[in-house]
Formats: sequence, C-alpha cells, structure tokens
Amino acid sequence: MSKAILVDTTRCIGCGACVSACKEANGLPQNEDTTLTAETLNIVESHSGVFVRKFCMHCQDPTCVSVCPVGALRKTAAGPVIYEESRCMGCRYCMIACPFGIPRYEWKLVLPKVKKCTMCAPRQAKGLQPACTEACPVQASIFGERNELLREAENRLRQNPAGYVQHIYGKDEVGGTSVLYLSAVPFEALGFPANVPHDPLPMYTYRVLSEIPNVVAVGTVLLGGIWWITKRRAEVAYAEGEEKGTPKASDG
Amino acid sequence: MNWTRLPKLTFWRVVLAVILATGFYSALLRFTQGLGAATALTDRFPWGLWIGFDVLCGVGLAAGGFTLAAIVYIFHLERFQPIVRPTILTAFLGYALVAVALLFDLGRPYRIWHPMVMWNPRSVMFEVAWCVMLYLTVLALEFSPVVFERFRWQRPLRIVKALTVPLVIAGVLLSTLHQSSLGSLYLIVPSKLHPYWYSPLLPVFCFVSAIGVGLAMVIFESNLSARAFGREIEMPLLVDLGKGMVVVLAFYGLMRFQDLASHGTLRYLREPSTETVLFALETLLGVVIPLAFLAFRRVRESREGLFAAAVLVITGFLLNRLNVSITGLEASSGTHYFPKWTEVSVTLSLVGLGFLFFALAVRYFGVFESHSAGAEARRQPERANTPVPVV
Repeated sequence: MSKAILVDTTRCIGCGACVSACKEANGLPQNEDTTLTAETLNIVESHSGVFVRKFCMHCQDPTCVSVCPVGALRKTAAGPVIYEESRCMGCRYCMIACPFGIPRYEWKLVLPKVKKCTMCAPRQAKGLQPACTEACPVQASIFGERNELLREAENRLRQNPAGYVQHIYGKDEVGGTSVLYLSAVPFEALGFPANVPHDPLPMYTYRVLSEIPNVVAVGTVLLGGIWWITKRRAEVAYAEGEEKGTPKASDG
Repeated sequence: MNWTRLPKLTFWRVVLAVILATGFYSALLRFTQGLGAATALTDRFPWGLWIGFDVLCGVGLAAGGFTLAAIVYIFHLERFQPIVRPTILTAFLGYALVAVALLFDLGRPYRIWHPMVMWNPRSVMFEVAWCVMLYLTVLALEFSPVVFERFRWQRPLRIVKALTVPLVIAGVLLSTLHQSSLGSLYLIVPSKLHPYWYSPLLPVFCFVSAIGVGLAMVIFESNLSARAFGREIEMPLLVDLGKGMVVVLAFYGLMRFQDLASHGTLRYLREPSTETVLFALETLLGVVIPLAFLAFRRVRESREGLFAAAVLVITGFLLNRLNVSITGLEASSGTHYFPKWTEVSVTLSLVGLGFLFFALAVRYFGVFESHSAGAEARRQPERANTPVPVV
C-alpha cells in the first residue's frame, strides 16, 4: 500500500494556498516565482483559465531513482520519492532523465543540492498529510491510498462523463505515478507531456545494462581466442619458413 | 637569471598561454561562484558543453587507443606497432582530461568517488563512472612502460610487460562498455530526444562511430606529430587505417539509415527545421563525403586526401555527439542553450592542456621510439611465446 495525491483540476480555484503551505513546510522563502525553482517545489499554473498545480509525480518506478549513480534518490514504500543530499555528487542526470522535468538545482550556490517535492515524507512519518493537501480549501488535491484515490477518480469520471476528459493522468504514464490528475481539457493543453511511454522508463536502460555480464564474458573469450589463433598462425608461419630454410614470418 | 633557458616565444605558445590564463580565471569563477555564475546551464537545460563536448566527444576521440591496441596485441598485426605509443598517449590524455572536465561539471566535485562505495547498478551513469575509473587506470598502465624505460625501472617494466595481453583485453572490454554507455545514457529520454538521434540502438551507434573516429584520430594525430616534431609519416600504415575507417563508416552509415527508415524517421527530412539541417550536416560531413573521398585510390593514398577525410570524419563525429547531447534535446526543453564564455574557455583550456602534455611527453619520454616486438619475434622464435610488450 502506498500513499498518493489526487489533483482534480476542475475543482482548483488557483488560490495558491498549497504553494504557501509547501514553502512553509519546506522552509523556503515566500516569493513570486511563476515556475518551479529550487525555492518553489510546487506551483499553480494557469493554462487559458484552467489552474493546474505542478510538482513531483512520485512515479511508481521512478526514472530519477534508476539513473542516480550513487542512489541519492529513493522510492519509499510509503509512496514518496526522497532525496538524500549527503550522497549526491551533482551529476544532474536525474534532471535530464525525469520525463516530467521536475527536479531543480540550486544553481546560485557553490555547493548546490537537487530540490524537488518529497510529498512531505517527514510529515507523513509523523502521521500527518502533506502540507499542500491539508491547505487546499476546496479539496482539489486530496491525499490517500493510491488504490482508493484511483477508485475515487474513476467514480468522478463515471458520474460526470461530460465534465472530464476520460483519462486519469498518472494511472499508466511511465508505469504509473503516485500523483494522479483529472481534467476537463486535454492534458497536453495543461503542459503535460503527451508522448511519455506507458512502460517504466528504467526498463529502457536496464535492457542494455543487463547485457554487461554477457558482453564481458563473450568478449573475453572472443578476444582471447583471436589473440591465441593469430599468435599460433605467426608461429606456424615461422616454423614452416624455417623448415624450408628461408626464415620468413608474416605479421598474421 | 639564465634567460637562455626560457622557452622561445612562438605564435602557438602565445595562443596557448592566453587560453590557459583565461581558463584559469574561468576555473576560479566556477569554483568560487558556482555553476550558475560560470555556465549558461538552467533547470531546463542542466547539461551543456562540458558534458556534450568535453566528456562525450573526449571519450570518443580517445577511442583510437583501444582500437589500435586490439589491432596490434590481439590481432597481432604488428606492423602497426610504431604508432601504438602515441595513440595510447592520446587516449590516456583524453581520458585524464575527461576526468578533469567532470570535476568542473559536477555540482559537488569532491564527491566524485561516491560511485565507488555507493552503488546503483541500474544507473548508466554508475557504469560510466566505473568505466572512466577503470579504463583510465588501464591506460596509465598501458603507457607506463614508456615511463619505466625512461627511468630504467626494470622490475615494474617486466611486470607490466607480462600483463600486456590481459591489460589490452580489459581495455577493449572497458572501452566497448564505456563508448556504448555514453549512448545508453540517452536511452532514458525517449520523449525528449529528437527522433533523428533517439534509437534503441544508440549504444551500438556510439560504439561503432567511436571506432571510426578513433581511426580518424590516429591519422589526424600522426599528421600533426609529423609536422610538429619533424618526423617521417608512416603513410603505408595510415593508408591501411584509412581503409579500415571506410569499412567502419560504411557499416555505421548503413545501420543508421536502416534504423531511421525502419522507425519512419526519414519523413522528418521533408520538414525544414534546425534538426534537419544539423542531421544533414552531420551525415554529409561525417559519413557521406569522407566515404566518397576515400572511394578514390588517389585520395586514399595521398597524405593530404587522407588527412582531409580524417578531419571530416572527426567534424561529423563532434556534430553527432553535440546533437545527441545538446541540440537534439533543445526542442523538448522549451529553451535555448548557448554556452557562456567561461564554459568555452574551460573547454579550450582542456584541449590546450592535451596538446601541451602530448608535446611534453614527446620531449621527455620515448613516445616515438618503436620497440618493434614483431621484429624481435622474427629474430628469436621463442620470443613469440612470451607476451609482447605493451608499447
């Protein structure tokens, strides 16, 4: 069982309470950012009058976790994808790899960290819900078990088929995410990437990485074999040359 | 002060001094003000010139090292022996500078050793980190006989020479993994990288094109060395390498074409876009024109023709790697990246350092002294049973 957040964009009024609550919970300065930054891990965007909040999707099989060479990012059993600063060496592969373009970097600092939403993992550990869902005055964002939220989302789609695009964004995208979205307009119009595959991205590199033992084993035998055969050929050529009394050797 | 001992001022030395001085200032900026002040990198475009050029291109251009080591020590084509040492040196310097570039690019460079103890085998970057570490060690060992000879350290010399074949095999395997892994890095961004460059075969393309450019680099570097150090050029050897390059390039071009056609990517060619222009440039300069050039025996066997073809292959290769790592990702990032002067200056300095250390190594070590093991083997048959010295 893992926790998730359901965002119903048809209910969001764009008040920004989740943004302030997020900043307060994470000890970040209240500022006028209009996009995600290292100081704003949750933002409300307006797309032709439709409000949609953007933050880490907390994928079920997260790309960022799979690409991090030092295991600084981790998917917890409870749902959140969390970041262990003391391991991070700052390669920023997570930023390149994230299909939703979420992780941010503290570019201004000499010793920067990666910043992204943690689904308030520290609050969850204390039995509290994330600051954003707690702050939402209209329950546009709700917190709960992923299974239950999926059922709730499907209910809403069934009860009001005309009011929604019949799709739960995050149900299957990149193998499923712990943040789910409902919308009345196509998700592409809200700035969501529409071309993300439905299978987990870590598989794309794992297919290749899992071949490494084969490459090493077959490669060693092959190279060793070629070395032995070409050496032997030169020795035979030399010996034959010597028998005929005219020593000559070819280079193989 | 003894003025006669100071190096003479020449045009290229002045250029190098200016580049290195600017680079030093840029390095100061980078390490005191941070990446934000010293680069044009942003949250939307977190990898730039240092990864795209210094790392991706640097590693590829060093591919001559494992290719030539395999030709001489695994395939026993010992007539190529005379050009092994400078090629291994080029590869070693290339890899060492890649490691330095990584120190510039990492947000926390003092944690560069973390992948040694904090493992994540599911990460391509983890594979890359280990390949850089291990292959840099192998290259250092492959070059070490030159140093040992210089100081007449017989024992270590004997040990390293006895290890030649295992070292070369390890080097070829590590290079195979590393060259391909730089392509695998981008397998994880199917929705971000332009279809001209995204392919499930990206690791294979990177490996094959690295062999091609490795051979081109040997030709390029031999020409420059001949000019700079007033040496005789090994034309017959280079002509043969040129033929090898034709085979590799043709194979690469065919694979690329087949892959693009099977994914229906060729239809993008009808859309005039920046990507189309860059793809066309990369393909024409790096594959089509050099292949057309080298098809003529007169071009293939002339020093200038071969050199020109090698320069084209290298240019096309650089374009390809920059397209994969920078321009191919621009459209999906929704932003435009152009390197800051500090980034360019650091990159130029690293290239400059490469030239400088190569020249210093040539002056103080026997880089061009060919200890032709093949010739010895011909004189003494029993020598064929002992491992051939590395360089």
